[in-house]
Amino acid sequence: MNRRFSWFNATSLTLGFAFLYLPMIILIIFSFNASKLVTVWAGFSTKWYGELLGNQAFLDAAWVTLKVAVLSSTLATVLGTMAAYVLVRAGRFAGRTLFSGMIYAPLVMPEVITGLAMLLLFISIGLDRGVGTIVLAHTTFTMCYVSVVVSSRLVTFDKSLEEAALDLGCTPFDAFRSVTLPIIAPAVISGWLLAFTLSLDDLVISQFAAGPSSTTLPMKIFSSVRLGVSPEINALSTLMISVVTVGVITASLVSKRSIARQRAEEQAAART
Amino acid sequence: MAQPANRPVFAPWNDPNEKPLIRFQNVTKKFGEFVAIDDLTLDIFRREFFALLGPSGCGKTTLMRMLAGFEAPTSGTILLDGVDIAPIPPNKRATNMMFQSYALFPHLTVWDNIAFGLKRSDMAKDKIPARVEEMLRLVRLEKFAKRKPHQISGGQRQRVALARSLAKAPKLLLLDEPLGALDKKLRQDTQFELMDIQEKTGTTFVIVTHDQEEAMTVASRVAVMDHGKMIQVDTPDRIYETPNSVYVADFIGDVNIIEGRAVRKGDDKYAIAWAEGQPDILGTSSAAIDQGTRVHFAIRPEKVAIASERPEGRANVIEGTVSDIAYLGNISTYKVEVAGGRMIKAQVANERRLARRDITWDDKVFLSFTDTAGVVLLK
Repeated sequence: MNRRFSWFNATSLTLGFAFLYLPMIILIIFSFNASKLVTVWAGFSTKWYGELLGNQAFLDAAWVTLKVAVLSSTLATVLGTMAAYVLVRAGRFAGRTLFSGMIYAPLVMPEVITGLAMLLLFISIGLDRGVGTIVLAHTTFTMCYVSVVVSSRLVTFDKSLEEAALDLGCTPFDAFRSVTLPIIAPAVISGWLLAFTLSLDDLVISQFAAGPSSTTLPMKIFSSVRLGVSPEINALSTLMISVVTVGVITASLVSKRSIARQRAEEQAAART
Repeated sequence: MAQPANRPVFAPWNDPNEKPLIRFQNVTKKFGEFVAIDDLTLDIFRREFFALLGPSGCGKTTLMRMLAGFEAPTSGTILLDGVDIAPIPPNKRATNMMFQSYALFPHLTVWDNIAFGLKRSDMAKDKIPARVEEMLRLVRLEKFAKRKPHQISGGQRQRVALARSLAKAPKLLLLDEPLGALDKKLRQDTQFELMDIQEKTGTTFVIVTHDQEEAMTVASRVAVMDHGKMIQVDTPDRIYETPNSVYVADFIGDVNIIEGRAVRKGDDKYAIAWAEGQPDILGTSSAAIDQGTRVHFAIRPEKVAIASERPEGRANVIEGTVSDIAYLGNISTYKVEVAGGRMIKAQVANERRLARRDITWDDKVFLSFTDTAGVVLLK
């Protein structure tokens, strides 16, 4: 590998990261601004964080968001893992490509379309919009992400482990529960964390699926910003960034650790 | 396995009253258009150590997976103890399998791996620890009970897999290339260990292997397979000494195959004309052969003697020149060119030091063998 420092590399690196993170850094800095004016720096303060804690509307929205994220990511993990399992395990059957394509399609589907479709469905079956419908909508769009993460782990999973479990007296479900699931657990957990963070910051689909009493945090922020950006919003956004960052880092650490362990085991096997 | 003379010979396959443990009746297995098992009929008896031998893709693994319940026959029936096992799922079968990759559960300790099947059986909970300890003793892994599979060596893993598959005391143990991942030395030790354990537990073993030496070492009977068919099922010595076809003769060990036309010379003696101006080869065949039939004469290199003087009183003597010598330490193989450019291999045990060897490259030599040393094969 070429480790030599070059101006070209340094410039592209700086530009790239500036492009990605400058807006967020500015947002975080101004969340500690003492002044009420968003663009004028008037010294360091954490008072906006304090005020945020007193704002009942924001706290309510945060509570709704958290509930939605936990419920939908859990549902999505169950469904997504099942889908991944079937697609990887069932082998070749007629329409397999179609099925796997249909599972991954929501990844590239415009959110507006997904949201609108969900809205039409909820109206046509007469489902009252509220927290329940947001959970359903979020489950729909996050389960394909879970499915991608879990199936990439299942592809490298040694099928004879399951056969050994069956051979030793497990029912197919018991084999999945006591052998497959513990081994693919890291992938399932990182799938859950991914679904959780996706649900946490979703705005578009929530807009379509939400009812009058179920405003999520991103929706609340979006509507407040239309009346002008307040430092309180900056503080809130900073908090959300930290939650999402922690989630993503945890997810990648979990999967990285499992990969490292798998590799260590393989090396140990190769040595002997 | 060779049996000592003072013990009754273990040969249930020769006893017409003996009921087989496993019976394949006209079993065919197709994967789409591909015929993996082709109308196969076979009996395997209790306490046998039965080896399925063949090149990859010959159907031996499919046969084993049908016994374990991972594949179902397309047609025909498989009986285990007289019961058709087709409708029985793998978790309800009285068979256990040792996988090629061992398939040890990486998240469980050695102890829990061995206990895995017992916890899912009828065994009372308080009896399980004793059984696990017994299994650990059997494979000499008492000290490693608390380790995870990735913390032990390949040979130890292989023994854990064996212990795990034996723990439930199955009627039938299936071993899928069990020693494939071990190096040669360890493999040989383990082969004897396997035979020992098989004798101790009295379990019927069916082993799949592509290693002919392994099959010969461990098995009571060897089945040589090709393209989903049984070519020959017999004891190791009979497979080696009296192969029924060129395929078997060639697959097991080293062999010289000489083509020629057979002429009957006596009860079971035949003269084989194999080259212009050369004396016919005298051989024996138990099957009657029509005059002038094209046959293959198969003879093992170690049954061919090599000498620099013409030997007296041998039924077959062929002249040639040494074209190559392979020195393998314990034995030497001489490749001798005879009439028509044909090569015949002769193998000699190196009883004396190499420096004392009196035959060398380009020497004129005489190859000789008796008229019962080789077999005459029709196919």
